[in-house]
Amino acid sequence: MRRSKIARWGLLPAAGEVPAPRRKLNLRPIGAQLFTVAVTLFGLLVLTFVIGRMMPADPVRAIVGEDATRETYEMVFRQLGLDRPIWEQFFIYLRDVLTGNFGVSIRTGQPVIQDILHVLPATIELATFAILIGATLGVTLGVVAAVNKDRWPDHLVRVFSLMGHSMPIFWTGMIGLLLFYAYFGWVGGSGRMESFYIGLVDDVTGFLLIDSIIAGDWDVFWSALNHLILPASILGYSSSAYITRMTRSFMLDQINQEYITTARVKGLSSRQTIWRHAFLNIRVQLVTIVALAYGSLLEGAVLIETVFAWPGFGQYLTSNLLIGDMNAVMTCVLIVGVIFIALNLISDMLYRIFDPRTR
Amino acid sequence: MTAQIAKSSIPGPMQALWNIVRFLLKSPTSAFGLIVISVLVVVALLAPWIATHDPYAQDLQNVLQAPGGAHLFGTDELGRDIFSRIVWGTRITLTIIFLVSIVVGPIGLAVGTTSGYIGGKFDTVMMRITDIFLSFPSLILSLAFVAALGPSLNNAIIAIALTSWPPIARLARAETLTFRSADYVAAARLQGASTGRIIFKSIVPMCLPSVLIRITLNMATVILTAAGLGFLGLGAQPPMPEWGAMIAMGRRYMIDSWWLVTFPGIAILCVSLAFNLLGDGLRDALDPKQMNRK
Repeated sequence: MRRSKIARWGLLPAAGEVPAPRRKLNLRPIGAQLFTVAVTLFGLLVLTFVIGRMMPADPVRAIVGEDATRETYEMVFRQLGLDRPIWEQFFIYLRDVLTGNFGVSIRTGQPVIQDILHVLPATIELATFAILIGATLGVTLGVVAAVNKDRWPDHLVRVFSLMGHSMPIFWTGMIGLLLFYAYFGWVGGSGRMESFYIGLVDDVTGFLLIDSIIAGDWDVFWSALNHLILPASILGYSSSAYITRMTRSFMLDQINQEYITTARVKGLSSRQTIWRHAFLNIRVQLVTIVALAYGSLLEGAVLIETVFAWPGFGQYLTSNLLIGDMNAVMTCVLIVGVIFIALNLISDMLYRIFDPRTR
Repeated sequence: MTAQIAKSSIPGPMQALWNIVRFLLKSPTSAFGLIVISVLVVVALLAPWIATHDPYAQDLQNVLQAPGGAHLFGTDELGRDIFSRIVWGTRITLTIIFLVSIVVGPIGLAVGTTSGYIGGKFDTVMMRITDIFLSFPSLILSLAFVAALGPSLNNAIIAIALTSWPPIARLARAETLTFRSADYVAAARLQGASTGRIIFKSIVPMCLPSVLIRITLNMATVILTAAGLGFLGLGAQPPMPEWGAMIAMGRRYMIDSWWLVTFPGIAILCVSLAFNLLGDGLRDALDPKQMNRK
């Protein structure tokens, strides 16, 4: 049942454009699945290596500058290992990555991985808030649309969620700032908090909301929440399109089944039939969908962080892109790929654990 | 039955296309999508006659003029007419969609059909590669490619194409698997047709309709990714009137001159919404369960 469903969505995927969970994995034992993950990870490394090597910019020139002598140039050339055959360079890259050495950022002069671990919490905070908003909105609207199939609430939900998916998210962010910050003054503007609060709270976890609670500084907490709410809502809205669509289709599958008719005939109220019977049967599928939507949030986060000057992963990525710091860029890409693969794996595992039919 | 055949004097594929368009026009949402896309094409074709000003002409005495009067959507920070720039921008948007589609279609078809038809180890390897590309969000991978190739409109198009073939390949493979054991393919094989010939002559034509539809469904994503790249300064470079780049340029003046970012954004929203609505309608039109609906 699920297989055919996923296959159908895989062929003509939902508007959310998140790749459907890989159906092949579900049918294989976990060992084979881990092997597949390992192969995909290896492929990911090949890909980032190739992209890193195909750039026209000269990595040696970026380090030594324009006026370096020929000797300096060749020394750095050898230090970077560029004189070795390409496969040897790849193995060196592989060894570095496996030992956690991702190189040094040209801009900050610090190990790239340290920089990224420093900015990642800001993005996770934003994305987690966004997915909470998106999942609540998406699931509710999806159920409403399914229950009212082909009536006006269904059409309304369809247009509303397609709007969210069709908006250029950086533009929505700017319009949101213009309306709710500049015009109405309801929310905070750019950044994670008001600038005069920066540095007041110790960096314990990196999650500002948690840190400010630990420090007991409620002013910072409210300021942070005030700044978080707008970008998180916009991200959440855009990710809710996919969740809405999938919820609607899962619900429709349930509603057409005989046990629902039985429940109705038994005299249960329609609220009980929908929420206690149909909805309970789709929650596992929903968890897997939300996990995948969480991954695709990262894409929107890159753009929304640029608009809101949010000091997170996305802003780190784009600011390094523009100055051509390839170590930083490639590590970012690698990390996004790993997060994606991990989320795919987790959603598969959840499915396996919670759905008795897959055992 | 005979009456039906007699009625449709137009050739088969055209008839099918007409049926789909008729189905689409029945639903208000996909009709809206179809209309917006038609308008887009017409505007792009007639851009020189529709635009009121030269999109590149600077008029430093009339910078940041509010909408109204001589400038329908106002002017930007260099006094250029925003309406005319949006009108000319339709050509860039259509060019991106067109180029991405003609690159992605053949690549996806080639990978999908050969891997589906040959099967075995080759199939496993090809599908693994496809999965690796699928394991990235498309914008992030495009970013990486553009970063490596250098920012420009052409590189943005290449990057988007490189990231959007895998879903097409998967679809073409799935279709191929249903055809490869068909009698007509066996007949071709018995006649001594080579593998290449069978794939090209017998399998590709059968996959073509669904691949074309999948490409249409993908267009909204292509538009948004291209606009996102333009916004980050990695796509079309100024002074090109690309909508995403226009928004990026207008960002600095946003608080006082809202029209700089608002109108290009609405243009992107309308076009991508139109493609999404059309795609939604197409999905319904091709779903046999839905087709019976009145």
